[in-house]
Amino acid sequence: MSKTQLIFRHEFLNTIKRKGFIIMTLIVPVLALIAIGVFHLISTTSETPVVETTTIGYVDEAGGFDQYTTQGDIELVRFDTSDDATAALINGDVSEYFVVPPDYMSTGVINHYTLERQLETPPVIAMVIKNFLTSNLLSEKVPPETVYRIESPLNLVVTRLTETGEVATEQGGFGNVIIPGIFSLLLALSLTLSSTYLVQGLGDEKESRLIEVLLSSVSTRQLLTGKVLGLGAAGLLQVAVWLASAPLLLNLASSTFGGFISTIQLPANFLVLGIVYFILGYSLFASLSAGIGAISPNAREGQQLSMIYTLLAFVPLWFSSLLFIFPNSPIWVALTIFPVTAPIAAMLRLGVSDIAAWELAVSIAVLVLSIILVMFLAIKAFRIYLLMYGKRPNWGEIIQNLRSG
Amino acid sequence: MPAVEVSRIIKSFADKTAVDDLSFSVAQGEMFGLIGPNGAGKTTTIRIMMDIIKPDSGEVTILGEKLSEATKNRLGYLPEERGLYKKLSVLESIVYLASLKGMDKHLAREKAEELLNQTGMLATKKKKIEELSRGMGQIIQLIVTIIHDPELVILDEPFAGLDPVNTELLKGMLADLRNQGKAVILSTHQMNQVEELCDRILMINNGQAVLYGDLSEIKSRYRGNSVLLDCTGEPGEIPGVTAKRTSKSYTELILDSETIPQHVLTYLVSRGMVINRFEVATPSLNEIFLKEVGKKS
Repeated sequence: MSKTQLIFRHEFLNTIKRKGFIIMTLIVPVLALIAIGVFHLISTTSETPVVETTTIGYVDEAGGFDQYTTQGDIELVRFDTSDDATAALINGDVSEYFVVPPDYMSTGVINHYTLERQLETPPVIAMVIKNFLTSNLLSEKVPPETVYRIESPLNLVVTRLTETGEVATEQGGFGNVIIPGIFSLLLALSLTLSSTYLVQGLGDEKESRLIEVLLSSVSTRQLLTGKVLGLGAAGLLQVAVWLASAPLLLNLASSTFGGFISTIQLPANFLVLGIVYFILGYSLFASLSAGIGAISPNAREGQQLSMIYTLLAFVPLWFSSLLFIFPNSPIWVALTIFPVTAPIAAMLRLGVSDIAAWELAVSIAVLVLSIILVMFLAIKAFRIYLLMYGKRPNWGEIIQNLRSG
Repeated sequence: MPAVEVSRIIKSFADKTAVDDLSFSVAQGEMFGLIGPNGAGKTTTIRIMMDIIKPDSGEVTILGEKLSEATKNRLGYLPEERGLYKKLSVLESIVYLASLKGMDKHLAREKAEELLNQTGMLATKKKKIEELSRGMGQIIQLIVTIIHDPELVILDEPFAGLDPVNTELLKGMLADLRNQGKAVILSTHQMNQVEELCDRILMINNGQAVLYGDLSEIKSRYRGNSVLLDCTGEPGEIPGVTAKRTSKSYTELILDSETIPQHVLTYLVSRGMVINRFEVATPSLNEIFLKEVGKKS
């Protein structure tokens, strides 16, 4: 076994035996399991109880609103005056009431009275009132089917066509976002954790004064390669455990979330790009972490410094809801090209919209160039600072040394 | 072929020259002392020898060749800044670090147990490193340094932080290495240890060689013409003695240029004096160093 392999094996085995690693590896599937369980519990308990009929009162001062008083589970009861309705509300006979004023046709104003403090009328109630008014306004003027269609005029079915006019194999929709979304979150977690392990490992070796002992047996290159690959493999194992638990979780989830799971699709190129971005993302983060590990006097300070780029990796996830609204904003192009955010941004965008080929090419090229540059600087920093203990040099000194060294 | 050949190495850092045109060689099978005060450039010299830092100029050959991966397996190095994996057990630590020296794991395990047994530390083999005392940790580090049977052993401040018991244990281990014919470089600022153990020395100060050569030859070179005497009764006037310095347990007799210690001893015996101690005064390495450094400054 070569020395690099020995270091690889040692780092890999030591990392996967760490309590933190084991907890983190298990916590993701366990949390998902708990989430499914909680959702299942809520959905089953909220489905089983006997449906209570809500009664809403109304006062028809405009006249003509006396039909369609049953709207789903909600019953509408007519009162002659507002005082009667108020009394019924106080007695608890109705949960709320509304008044159709005499000038309703010209103003459209409906007065809604309730005992509860509300931000706005709950959508269900508003919909019931709207449908009640629409149905009564149109009754006897158009057939009941038309009334129904007016109440619910839109059931949008979107089909994406290719440029030749055929139905595209890859359709849009939220089903598309699920796997890229989960994958980007796992990728961000995995990059962050692997970076943390690398910075921590180097910091510990520095604090334990082990570096020089190791360098008397192996070269800097062997030490760095063995470490980066060993920790990368541990990170990959973690992601593999998470992904392996996915079919089981999806199976469990499909009984809870029902039909939605069947809409899940894997975007084209996703697997290939997923692997490419994992490898490039990991290489960039590992190089950054090696450099930070080299210049930091201990594990704690190293981890504080590494927060700078590990937090940046999460930026696309923080703003993912904006991606759904503005998928083609130039900010997303920038995040796809900026190397630290590129892996996560690209994976997320794959699920939402198409990424132009040139964007992917530039993103990957910038990542590769950044890796080469950071790796070059990290190896330099490694040589200069690995045997320096005590206070961390300031950034000015570091830049000067990297230039001259 | 010398074990180490260092030729005119120079290394400067931003604000100072740590090693300034230093040359020396260490023969196979000798115990060589690299001595000097703190900050003299000893550790930098060793790191250059180990190819951990590159010299600005000059050359180093180790065991007849430039240091390579293969050569690294033939030498043992105990750095000044040293440690072990705190969370690993004693045996795991030794076996892993020995495997990085190209040693087979099974063989490393056997040899580790043998060395732990020899040093009376076999009972600690399953303990985590963080549970050991500092002195015990140092002995484990020395085991790591020599387990792969290196031809050259470089020890940087090996006695630092050791109590007298462990110091004796370490000296015993060093004596074993010498008996096995290994070349040993002992870098320290504790000159008394070097005096006791080494055959030849290189004394450096401010990165430059101050003294270099055979220890006994150097000491005789610095020997003044005086003897240390402790006898019962008052010897009175002794021919050839120009001055006396009395201290608690002996009197130092300063001889004139024509008198040798043998003349004084013959005189004292002829007078029937009872002699408890008669010793040609030799300056300690420390005194020689202070003299040399004083001369330079």
